[in-house]
Amino acid sequence: MQNYRKFNLGFFTAGMAFLATLFATVMSSGVNAAEPKPWQMNFQPAATPVMEKITDFHNLLLIVEVAIVVFVLILMLIIIVKFNSKSNPEPSKTTHNTALEVVWTVIPIVILIVLAVPSMKLLFFMDKAQNPEMTLKITGHQWYWSYQYPDNGNFEFDSNIVPDDEIKPGQRRLLEVDNQVVIPVNTEIRLLMTSDDVIHNWAIPAFGVKMDTVPGRTNESWIKVTKPGVYYGQCSELCGINHGFMPIAVNVVSKADFKKWTVKAKKEFAKVNDGPVRVVKMKSSATAEIR
Amino acid sequence: MSDTAHDHHDHRPTGWKRWVYSTNHKDIGTMYLALAMVAAIVGAAASVVIRMELHQPGIQFITDFQFYNVLVTAHGFIMVFFVVMPALIGGFGNWFIPLMVGTPDMAFPRMNNLSFWLVAAGLVLLVIAGLIDGGPGTGWTVYPPLANADYHPGMAVDFGILALHLAGASSILGAINFITTIINMRAPGMTFHRMPLFIWAMLLTAILLLLAIPVLAGALTMLLTDRNFGTAFFSPEGGGDPILWQHLFWFFGHPEVYIMIIPAFGVISEIVSTFSKKPIFGYLGMAYAMAAIGVVGFVVWAHHMYTVGFNVETRAYFTLATMVIAVPTGVKIFSWLATMWGGSIKFDTPMLYAMGFIFLFVVGGVTGVTLANAGSDMAFHDTYFVVAHFHYVLSIAAIFAMYAGFFYWIGKMSGKQYPEGLARLQFWITFVGVNVLFFPQHFAGMAGMPRRIPDYPDAYAGWNMISSYGAYITAIGGLLFFVVLWKTLTSKETVAANQWGEGASTLEWTVASPAPFHTHEDTPKVGSQPAE
Ligand code: HEM
Ligand SMILES: [Cu+2]
Ligand SMILES: [Cu+2]
Repeated sequence: MQNYRKFNLGFFTAGMAFLATLFATVMSSGVNAAEPKPWQMNFQPAATPVMEKITDFHNLLLIVEVAIVVFVLILMLIIIVKFNSKSNPEPSKTTHNTALEVVWTVIPIVILIVLAVPSMKLLFFMDKAQNPEMTLKITGHQWYWSYQYPDNGNFEFDSNIVPDDEIKPGQRRLLEVDNQVVIPVNTEIRLLMTSDDVIHNWAIPAFGVKMDTVPGRTNESWIKVTKPGVYYGQCSELCGINHGFMPIAVNVVSKADFKKWTVKAKKEFAKVNDGPVRVVKMKSSATAEIR
Repeated sequence: MSDTAHDHHDHRPTGWKRWVYSTNHKDIGTMYLALAMVAAIVGAAASVVIRMELHQPGIQFITDFQFYNVLVTAHGFIMVFFVVMPALIGGFGNWFIPLMVGTPDMAFPRMNNLSFWLVAAGLVLLVIAGLIDGGPGTGWTVYPPLANADYHPGMAVDFGILALHLAGASSILGAINFITTIINMRAPGMTFHRMPLFIWAMLLTAILLLLAIPVLAGALTMLLTDRNFGTAFFSPEGGGDPILWQHLFWFFGHPEVYIMIIPAFGVISEIVSTFSKKPIFGYLGMAYAMAAIGVVGFVVWAHHMYTVGFNVETRAYFTLATMVIAVPTGVKIFSWLATMWGGSIKFDTPMLYAMGFIFLFVVGGVTGVTLANAGSDMAFHDTYFVVAHFHYVLSIAAIFAMYAGFFYWIGKMSGKQYPEGLARLQFWITFVGVNVLFFPQHFAGMAGMPRRIPDYPDAYAGWNMISSYGAYITAIGGLLFFVVLWKTLTSKETVAANQWGEGASTLEWTVASPAPFHTHEDTPKVGSQPAE
C-alpha cells in the first residue's frame, strides 16, 4: 500500500513537470509562414502592425501565466513531499494569516494592473484605421465570401473554396480559393464587413483580424500588411453545414501590381453592385429589403 | 391508533413508487446522479465520435456535416445541462445539503420531485431534438440567424428550446428549494459564518440560477416566437437584432459557467480540508471570494462577444471587469494550497482528484486571462485555444470535482468501500488522458485552427491526432469508472460512519453509513465547527 502510494506521487510529479515544460516551449518556435505549419505551437508570424503588437502582448502574458502555473506546481510539489501523512503526522492548526491573505490579494491586483496597461494600448491601437487609403468591402454568405472594391472601380467578385478533388499538388487543402482577394502591400486598408444571411467571421491569423459579419450591420476593422505574400484564414463563426469550408486567401502584392490587377479585375468582374435591390422573403409574412 | 403510532423510520415506499413519487432528498439525489451518469455516457460518446472524426485530416466517416454540428451541439448541451448541473447541484446538493445543515429533508420535498422529473423530461426532449429534422446544428450558443426558421426549418431547434425550458424550470425550482432550506433549516448554532463551504457554494449557486435562468428563458421564448409566430426580435429583416440574442444568452451564459464551477469549489474545499486534517484556511475569504465571483460574474458577459463589432470603450470595460475575477479566483487557489500546507495529507482518490482539479483549474485560469483581454482575444476567439481553455477550467475541472465528490461520499451514500487501488488507477488514466486530450489544442488554436469544423487544413494534423488519442484514454478512464462503481456497489466491505477520521468534521459524518432513509430527526447541535 505504502509503495503503491509512492509510485503514484512520483508519477504525479513527473506528469506535472512534463506539462510545465511543454507549456514553456510554446515560447520557442520560430517558423516563418503565412499559413499554419505542422506541429506549430505558436502564432503564425505577424504580417501587420496589429498582429505584431498582439504577439508582443501575448509574449508578456505567457511569461506571467507560465510563472503562475509553475509557482502553483512548485507549491503543490512541496505539499506532496513535505505534508503527506508520513512525513508530517501532526497537522498544524493554522487557519489564518492576515498578512498572507492581504499579500495574495494585492499581488494579483498589481499583476493585473501591469497587464491592463499594454492590453488597453493594444485594444485602442487595433480599433480603427487612422488614415485609410482604400476600403475593402467583405460580405459573408453561406458558404463563400464576396469582396467589393469601392475605391478601385467598385467591382465585386465571389471567392469559393477549391474543393478537395480539384486541389493541385502544392496547394493547401481547405485553404485555397478560386478568386483570391488582392490587396496592395504597406497600405492602410479599411475593412467593412457584413453578411447576407447568418453570422460569419472573417479571420486571418497572420493579420490579427477577426471580425463577425453580421446581417443588418456593418462592422469595421483595418489592416496594413507589411510583407507581400499569400495569407490564409478560415471562417470563424459557426454558420451552418459548410462552416468549415469557406476559407479566405489574401494575395498581398506591390502597389504597382495591385494597380495592374484592378484594371484586369474590373473587366473580369464587370458586375457592378449598385444596381437592383434584392428582395429577401422571410419565412414569416414580413418582407424586407437588403441592399 | 396503531397506524399513527408507527415507527417513522419504516415509512418508506417500495418498488417503482419509491423512485417515481419520491420526496426523499437522498433518493432524489441518487436519481440525479443516475441521470447524470446516463447523460454522461451519451455526451461523452458524442465527443469521442467527434474526436474520431478529427483524428486525421479529411473526412473519416461523418459525411453529413449537419450531423457533425449536431454532435457538437448535443455534446455541449448534454454535458452542461444534463451531466454537470444534475450531478453537482441536483445530485450532491440534494444528498448533502440536508445532511450537512442538519435537517431531515429539503424545504419543499414535492417540488424537489418535480425538479427532477422536469430535467429528466428535458433530456428526453433534447434527444428527440437531435433525432428529428436534421437536428439542431447551432452549437450550444444557438445564435440566430442560424437558429432561425429560415436556416433551421423543421422542429429540431424548437424541441431543443423546449428541452432547455424544462431544464431551466427544473433549475429554478431546485434553486428555490436550496435557498429556502439553507436559509431557514440550519441546525441551531450553524450561523452563516459556520456553514460548511459546500453549503456556501450551493447557496450562491442557487442564487445565480435564480437570477440567470429567467434571462435564458426569456431569450428562448423570444427565439421560439421568432421561429413560429412571426416576431422578429433577432431578425434584422424585421427590425430585430441578432446581437441582442448574444447579449441575452451570455448574460445567462457567463453566470452559467460559475453555476457549474462554484459547486465544484464547494466539493473541493470539503475534500481538501478533510484530507489535510485541517480546517479550511481563510474560511471567510473563501466564502466571500465565491460571493464576489458570483456578483462580478454578472457584469462580464460580453467577453464572449469581443468580435461582434462593439465600440472600443465597451470592449475596454469588459476586459477590465473580467480581469477583476482573477483576484477572488486567486484567493481560492491560494487558500486551498494554504489549507494543505502544514497538513497531514492522505492521498486517497478524492484528494488526488482534488489536487488534479486545482492543477486543471489553474492552467485553465491563466489562459482565461489571455482570453479576457479583448486585444489578444482577436487571435484566440473561436479557435481551439478556447476549446482547450474552457475544458480545462470548467468542463474537465467540473468532472474532476464530480469524481472527487463521488469517491468522497460514496461510502456515505452506499455504505460500501470503493476499491482504492483501482480508483487511483482510474484517476491516473483520466488525469493523463485529459491533459493529452486538451493541452495540444492550445497549440492548434494558436496556429489558427477554428472550432466547430469537421475537417481541418493538413497542417493541424499532428496536434489533432494526439488530442484524439487523449480522448480515447479519457474514455477508458470513464469506462473504468463504471467498473469501479460496480465493484463498489457489489462490495462486501463496509465503511464506518466517519470513514475519513478526524479531518471530516461536517455533519454528514455524524450519521450512520449508509445514511439511513431518514436522518437528523433529532436536530443536531453545532458547536464551533467548521472553521471559526
Ligand atoms: C469526455 C471528455 C470530453 C471530450 C473528449 C470533449 C471534446 C469536445 C470536443 C471535440 C468539442 C468540439 C469542439 C469544437 O468543435 O468546437 C467539445 C465542445 C464542447 N464541450 Fe466538450 N469534451 C469533453 C467533456 C466535456 C464536458 C465534461 C463538458 C461540460 C461542461 C464539455 C462541454 C463542452 C462544450 C460546452 C462545448 C462547446 C460546444 C459548442 O461548440 O457548441 N465537454 N468538447
Ligand atoms: Cu462559418
Ligand atoms: Cu464568460
